Amino acid sequence: MNKVDYDNLIPNNVDLSSDRRLQKALEKWHPGYIDWWKQMGPDGFQDIDVYLRTAVSVDQEGWAKFGYVKMPEYRWGILLAPQEEGRKIGFGQHIGEPVWQEVPGEYRAMLRRLIVIQGDTEPASVEQQRYLGHTAPSLYDMRNVFQVNVEEGRHLWAMVYLLHKYFGRDGRDEAEDLLMRRSGDKDTPRILGAFNEETPDWLSFFMFTTFTDRDSKMQLEALANSGFDPLARTTRFMLTEEGHHMFVGRTGVERVIRRACELIKENGIHDPSDVGAIRGLGVVDLPTLQKKINFHYSVTLDLFGAEISTNASNAFNASLKGRFREFSIMDDHLLHDSTYPVLKNIDGKFVKVHEPAINAVNGRLCDDYIDDCEQVMTTWNRVIKEYGIDYKLSLPHRAFNRKLGEFSDTYATPSGEIISADEWQSCQGEWLPDNDDLHYLLSLMQQVIEPGKYANWISPPRTGINGQSGDFEYVRIAA
Amino acid sequence: MTSESASSIQMNFQTCPEQYQHWNLSFDGAIAELILDVNENAGLFPDYELKLNSYDIGVDIELYDAIQRLRFEHPEVKTVIISSAKDTMFCAGANIRMLAGATHGHKVNFCKFTNETRNSIEDASKYSGQTYLCAINGTAAGGGYELALAADYLILKDDGNAAVSLPEIPLLAVLPGTGGLTRLVDKRKVRRDLSDVFCTVEEGIKGKKAVDWRLVDEAVPTSKFDERVRAKAKELAGKSDRPADALPVKLHPITKNMTEEACEYSYLRFDIDRKTRTATLSLNGPSRKLKDDLDGVVEQEDQFWPLALARELDDALLHLRFNEPSIGTLIFKSTGDVQSVLSYDTFLHENAEHWLIREILLYWKRTLKRIDVTSKTLFAFIEPGSCFAGFLAELVFAVDRSYMLEGQFENDIRAQAELVLSQSNFAVFPMANELTRLESRFYGEMKSVDNARSLIGKRLEAPDAEAAALVTYSLDDIDWEDEIRILLEERASFSPDALTGMEANLRFVGPETMETKIFGRLTAWQNWIFQRPNAVGDEGALSLYGSGTRADFDKKRV
Ligand SMILES: [Fe+2]
Ligand SMILES: [Fe+2]
Repeated sequence: MNKVDYDNLIPNNVDLSSDRRLQKALEKWHPGYIDWWKQMGPDGFQDIDVYLRTAVSVDQEGWAKFGYVKMPEYRWGILLAPQEEGRKIGFGQHIGEPVWQEVPGEYRAMLRRLIVIQGDTEPASVEQQRYLGHTAPSLYDMRNVFQVNVEEGRHLWAMVYLLHKYFGRDGRDEAEDLLMRRSGDKDTPRILGAFNEETPDWLSFFMFTTFTDRDSKMQLEALANSGFDPLARTTRFMLTEEGHHMFVGRTGVERVIRRACELIKENGIHDPSDVGAIRGLGVVDLPTLQKKINFHYSVTLDLFGAEISTNASNAFNASLKGRFREFSIMDDHLLHDSTYPVLKNIDGKFVKVHEPAINAVNGRLCDDYIDDCEQVMTTWNRVIKEYGIDYKLSLPHRAFNRKLGEFSDTYATPSGEIISADEWQSCQGEWLPDNDDLHYLLSLMQQVIEPGKYANWISPPRTGINGQSGDFEYVRIAA
Repeated sequence: MTSESASSIQMNFQTCPEQYQHWNLSFDGAIAELILDVNENAGLFPDYELKLNSYDIGVDIELYDAIQRLRFEHPEVKTVIISSAKDTMFCAGANIRMLAGATHGHKVNFCKFTNETRNSIEDASKYSGQTYLCAINGTAAGGGYELALAADYLILKDDGNAAVSLPEIPLLAVLPGTGGLTRLVDKRKVRRDLSDVFCTVEEGIKGKKAVDWRLVDEAVPTSKFDERVRAKAKELAGKSDRPADALPVKLHPITKNMTEEACEYSYLRFDIDRKTRTATLSLNGPSRKLKDDLDGVVEQEDQFWPLALARELDDALLHLRFNEPSIGTLIFKSTGDVQSVLSYDTFLHENAEHWLIREILLYWKRTLKRIDVTSKTLFAFIEPGSCFAGFLAELVFAVDRSYMLEGQFENDIRAQAELVLSQSNFAVFPMANELTRLESRFYGEMKSVDNARSLIGKRLEAPDAEAAALVTYSLDDIDWEDEIRILLEERASFSPDALTGMEANLRFVGPETMETKIFGRLTAWQNWIFQRPNAVGDEGALSLYGSGTRADFDKKRV
């Protein structure tokens, strides 16, 4: 076999060129990954030059190198945030001990599970988004979805690195399986529900990157202080990329809102809920946006798992997965005696019940997520306000449309009224996108590939990527 | 015996007739007599007296030693008579005060060892041409009767006093712990309803009724007792194929050099790692190629490699069981020349009819069985330079999981790891379930057994061994260290109780035999009852025994 120049092929700060184990594992996995990418990555754009950012190192210099590249030739790297000398475990039963550089045998299965679940979401979203290039509203947006995709690919690499490096034979098998599952497939679906939903249109993509990538952020933040140092370091570096994905989502929706408000104003429409009139203008009406929020937000809340969870408390106790920004929380980081308020439906009323904090780790992460989402809503509503339109987007109640956790058996309206199953059946079309809505959105999806031009339903971004001018050719389609 | 004294006293399994406190051995040509004469004041632990010929582990260690010596040092002995030196008491069974004071762990180990010893009595009768006859010349109660049940033929003194009984249930609220219930119905074929009566009659059954119920084979009046026992012993001896004039093979004391963390024998060493709670047993192949004929082998006595290694392994297993309860995992490794091991293996099979070689093979069979019922996780690591071939390969099939190195370690010049099968792996060493370890491994897939048979004599490297499903995993050097580390750390993190239960369940597939029932039911029922307040609570029968106070039972059925 030819000696591969690993360090050049795969940007890394894990000394790949002298790590036989990793090389051996990658020799087998890498071709499979490229096959997967060609098969399941962005459909129809594999041979086209895309202006992408590549991280070649973790320092200021290297983390964002821009240039044209064909996606299958993208240099997916293995990059971990730098090791902190003398870092100590900050929570759980191993608090105060030096962080682990190797997997503790007793936690092998638990850690592997955490890594596989996180890892599975990365290729899943690539699969979900693979047709979006055909309906991109601009080259700028097209490039953004591809950037998100290659970075999700890199996130997969990051998790596979951990599996290869620290979990031996089982790890290699799991890494292999990550390439075998398929989003939405009946027989071999991805592990988590939201990652088997379709992303048929661009509003779905923006909502997904706003809400679901934000779940990823929360999960990564919780892992970023893990006692297993390689996991902590990997996730810390992934967070910088996750930030960009959420940016694409948040600003994407914002631009959709801006364009709608602009045309509402220009055309003198007084009722922002006049769906028919607004759709006549070829933009996304605000009530439909609200329904999309309702859907993506509620589906994503389910990703957090049950608010009261022994799995989560085991992982916390084992010092493997902490809370959001664990180190800025002022408590003992052990949670033996403290409680945490968890919202429950008790006899038809929402009540906060104090549960042992150790059992409510998931519930707390969910609360932190909700706070984060509220801030996004504020920025979106600011745009509507800017145009003097009397409409407010809001997050639905956390009990709304839930399949998992405390409210899986509760029927609640977006505003948090508990209703009967019958009422839910007859009203859910008002709150969640129905077929009409989805058809309408699909009808808007027309590819725009002229540099500097944007589809009618979305505003241009404020600035270009990497300071590029408005008519920059982010994707070289014409050639 | 408090838990403190149990854990502070190191148990030693080496003894010899000159040191016996409790047994007398005497010989008369083809007939040996093994007479129980327990020294009340020579209990292994200080806090009980061994009254009424009752026994503790010390008594049983001597019994085990005697049985071994009868096999090897007395080729001429064809019948062994077990009897008692006490007037009216044959044996009162395990000492109750000893049991009441023992830790649960000790009780379990004690019962297991006594069971193994009873089984080895049956093994001698069945396969060695050395038949055991029990002359029950006084009352045989509980473990006393269970000892008798291990013999092939039971003659009870019919003097209006001597009875056989299993009084555990009415008296102590526990079960007979040495296979008594199973042997009643399975071996003696006592009707189940009569067995039910028998097991609840504290004073037991005497005389003719004991014969009618098949509890014993004969009941003979005092005047004719000795004579009848002699005659029967002679008759049994007549069926034996043991040689009258062979040279005995003396079992010398085993030499070992023991420290806190390691023990070195001549062909075996074990090293203890308290952090991962493992003991690594490294078996050495023969120090030289076999050049001898049978005479040459007999001359080597107990230094003949397969025998020496079996004795050392046996001793190490007992030591680790009794003296190292916190060591949860045994790892088997081997070092040596595969070809030399195979030459011994072949020699053993070619001479399997010879009384000594037969004994050596039987000893390996029993030692492998001792491994099978050891309540510790068992792993085998097959590394470069190892010699798991022929009968040594049985260890690989005895363990819960085996790991074989593919290729070599970096900077290691030793030969690649190989595994070699021989006929040893196909008939010679049945487990308690009467299947070979390979048949157990491939239960329900005879094809795999046949396939393995077709590989006899082939030097199998890791990929071949894995392809034939003879090892659990083959790993290359890149993965080896980490996989093994994680394996041991993970194992050490599980509940020892749950592991013991799981392993015992998985090791014995397929049909039940008397032996599997004895061990299985001991583990499942007796160990449960031993933990229950009705036996060991402050008001429990075992605790109150001899105090004059009746136990107060929790009456709920579970
Ligand atoms: Fe990601
Ligand atoms: Fe992402």
